[in-house]
Amino acid sequence: MTKTWNNKAWFMVLPVVILVAFSALLPLMTVVNYSIQDTFGNNQFFFAGFEWFEEIMTSSRFHDALGRQFLFSTIILAIEVPLGIFIAMNLPSKGWKSSLCLVLISLPLLIPLNVVGTIWQIFGRADIGLLGASIAALGLDYNYTQNAVDAWITIIVMDVWHWTSLVALLCFAGLQSIPEAYYQAARIDGASKWATFRYIQLPKMHGVLLIAVLLRFMDSFMIYTEPFVLTGGGPGNSTTFLSIDLVKMAIGQFDLGPAAAFSLIYFLIILLMSFIFYTVMNSLDKKEG
Amino acid sequence: MKVTKSGMVMFLYILFLMLPIYWLLNMSLKTNNEILNSFSLWPQNLTFENYMTIFTDKSWYSGYINSITYVLMNTVISICVALPAAYAFSRYRFMGDKHLFFWLLTNRMAPPAVFALPFFQLYSSVGLFDTHIAVALAHCLFNVPLAVWILEGFMSGVPKEIDETAYLDGYSFTRFFTRIFMPLIASGIGVVAFFCFMFSWVELLLARTLTSVVAKPIAATMTRTVSAAGMDWGVLAAAGILTIVPGALVIYFVRNYIAKGFALGRV
Amino acid sequence: MAEIHLKGLAHSYDPNASEEGHYALKQIDHVWEDGKAYALLGASGCGKSTLLNIISGLLHPSKGQVLFDGVDVTNLPTEERHIAQVFQFPVVYDTMSVYDNLAFPLRNRGHDEATIKERVLNIAEILEMTDVLNKKARGLTADAKQKISLGRGLVRENVAAILFDEPLTVIDPHLKWLLRMQLKSLHLRLKRTMIYVTHDQTEALTFADKVVVMHDGYVVQIGTPEELFDKPQHTFVGYFIGSPGMNFIDAKITGSQAVIAGETVELAASYEIKDSDKVELGIRPEFVTLSAAPSAGSFKVSVKRIEDIGRHKIVHVDFNGNDVSAIVPENVAITDDFTNMVFDQSRINIYSNDWLVEGGLSHD
Repeated sequence: MTKTWNNKAWFMVLPVVILVAFSALLPLMTVVNYSIQDTFGNNQFFFAGFEWFEEIMTSSRFHDALGRQFLFSTIILAIEVPLGIFIAMNLPSKGWKSSLCLVLISLPLLIPLNVVGTIWQIFGRADIGLLGASIAALGLDYNYTQNAVDAWITIIVMDVWHWTSLVALLCFAGLQSIPEAYYQAARIDGASKWATFRYIQLPKMHGVLLIAVLLRFMDSFMIYTEPFVLTGGGPGNSTTFLSIDLVKMAIGQFDLGPAAAFSLIYFLIILLMSFIFYTVMNSLDKKEG
Repeated sequence: MKVTKSGMVMFLYILFLMLPIYWLLNMSLKTNNEILNSFSLWPQNLTFENYMTIFTDKSWYSGYINSITYVLMNTVISICVALPAAYAFSRYRFMGDKHLFFWLLTNRMAPPAVFALPFFQLYSSVGLFDTHIAVALAHCLFNVPLAVWILEGFMSGVPKEIDETAYLDGYSFTRFFTRIFMPLIASGIGVVAFFCFMFSWVELLLARTLTSVVAKPIAATMTRTVSAAGMDWGVLAAAGILTIVPGALVIYFVRNYIAKGFALGRV
Repeated sequence: MAEIHLKGLAHSYDPNASEEGHYALKQIDHVWEDGKAYALLGASGCGKSTLLNIISGLLHPSKGQVLFDGVDVTNLPTEERHIAQVFQFPVVYDTMSVYDNLAFPLRNRGHDEATIKERVLNIAEILEMTDVLNKKARGLTADAKQKISLGRGLVRENVAAILFDEPLTVIDPHLKWLLRMQLKSLHLRLKRTMIYVTHDQTEALTFADKVVVMHDGYVVQIGTPEELFDKPQHTFVGYFIGSPGMNFIDAKITGSQAVIAGETVELAASYEIKDSDKVELGIRPEFVTLSAAPSAGSFKVSVKRIEDIGRHKIVHVDFNGNDVSAIVPENVAITDDFTNMVFDQSRINIYSNDWLVEGGLSHD
């Protein structure tokens, strides 16, 4: 669609700009402000330059949290994206069965994040939870509060449980937009199931997959509430992801300067990663098409 | 009925999704004594005691009212400001439009943890701490950009000729927008309402940071009860089930738009 | 290439259909000859797409059989029937190049690359697409995409028939004509059995050796364009083919005389028709002559409206309450005193309950 040049359109955008500036820019300036100052209490601040940034960038605490965060997001994407595509391809495409499946699979998405944590906290406990008790009955030693590997597995299963449906719904929407004639043509051309997937379904899902990967990356990179409720970042620091670490630092220890510097680095990493994802997937698209 | 491979896959997946929720429901209908001392797949002594506790104790049920209040406020605010902005983005080019759009989207990528403390200070300094509107405004941070994005997608699907025809027919802009344009993108507005509701409803970190007593959301009530009063598993489970109900209702109403909606109007 | 035999074929989308009215496609028995070009012509919803999908195997008929060269393929899936189909909207594999698009059906069937290359280049040559072979299919125009869809059918040498489902719908009008000509010459050159579904009579009449006219689930006539014009088997064919369509006037027939609108017409043959039937006289506007002076067997009419469409004029006249149209050459000036109308006796057809009645020898 060709758009007309009209600077008066700014007036229509103004409410959004004011609102988002109030809730994003002002706080962000506070953060920047803190990040370059130090205090001895009593609300007296002095300029600290890039000291906090250096401290955060070189601290092993930050490196560890960042490493855990990347590992977590990678595992999440590696499981949820293929699984989501697979589920979407098996979803009934019309009729009451389709509606029913859509409603049921969307349900986890609408559960408050801490309740998700609570559900899995209960579900995984060996004494009162179905999952924990079942595993214990198999004779396996499983305890997500004591064992770091168990904690990781539980958090990953929880996230898969919580968010795979989002990927599936996005892909389903993409699949729904493919006209029936494409499948008929593929049958006439003798295409195998794999060829149909590779050359018809995957290209048509490209746009929604981009959204899915971006959303899942961003949200998994910001994850806080669910692991906080489930493990509190433990055992030890084994499930302390960036957000949990940040909140510990800012609200728990009230280290405003380092926390602010931490925040900015964190935010920039997300922006950078999202930008890379976006560019790479878009250029792949260009190369393909 | 013939069992197909697809049917089997869906059955297993839905079973995987439903089991933990069922387990919560199961627990919410048991007494604490039964939860801790015997293990059963369904309640042996069915009790609604836990639900009664929540419905009669003000500190519990006011949490629900608070949550729903700020969620609805947020939904209304987000849609009202996003509608004209999305229209501007879908119809006009103006100075800095691309940058502005990108800047809006970056806010969707901002980790709430980064904003928790500054928000606390900002809202305290303007006297909005522990009010519903504070949480509603804070959630606008990620809901407004999303609303603009989704609505822009839906609006771009409406041919521009419709605007022009309406102006030729003598419609004023406001009348055209409310009488003709909004009905055309009604499903888009529904989808946005659903998303604003969803993201505001599930968010806890900001909501908990910005409230203490008066506007405390149900989610926060739950975490505090867990840490303070020992483990009242039954009530906790019942409270959890009750937080799922509004979401389930909303999904039921938008079920035919879910798929398109999750694609953010871009399919 | 194959002869297609439709044997007692009928289809209903309702699996429990009992009455005939529930059938989208009513009983059909026909043999379609090998190497001919057929057009399936009819209005929207007449069952032509249903019939096409049954032949291609995308639909399983409720009753009857489809035979290719005498082999029953009714239960064979699409991919084993060796047919090709071009759809209403261009279907190409967006991410592949034109070459890969054309090679796709062969690769799926496990041909070696040397054979594939030879055939793809050959087909690209025929379709005049050699210079775009390395381009991505996504960026091409609609007509080029339709040619690729067609090409994917042509590269396979054992294709029994190529089916076209209104393939020119999304093509620009000025390219339609060009593509139709290419298609026609392609058919003459390759002699494949082609079935072309359309609701556009011009497309059907210019493309096909034989046109299959469908109406309300029935095949009402199969014939060459001339046959459809001269002897429409059904009033629908008369009305649907030709522009404007055939004139139909309620008639009462006794022997070789017809009474229409209170006037008597002498017929070239005599007919025996039951009194209870609905009888109509049909005559094409091309065979209605108007003149200022009365002549033998002329009727009084009054001119209502004249449409000048360039090559000729269409004159609508009122004939005792019946609307009759006549085609008059461009160079004849029609005035209001053109009040005498004559029918070309040899071109009159008689219909009973909408079906053509063959006349016997006149006894006069």
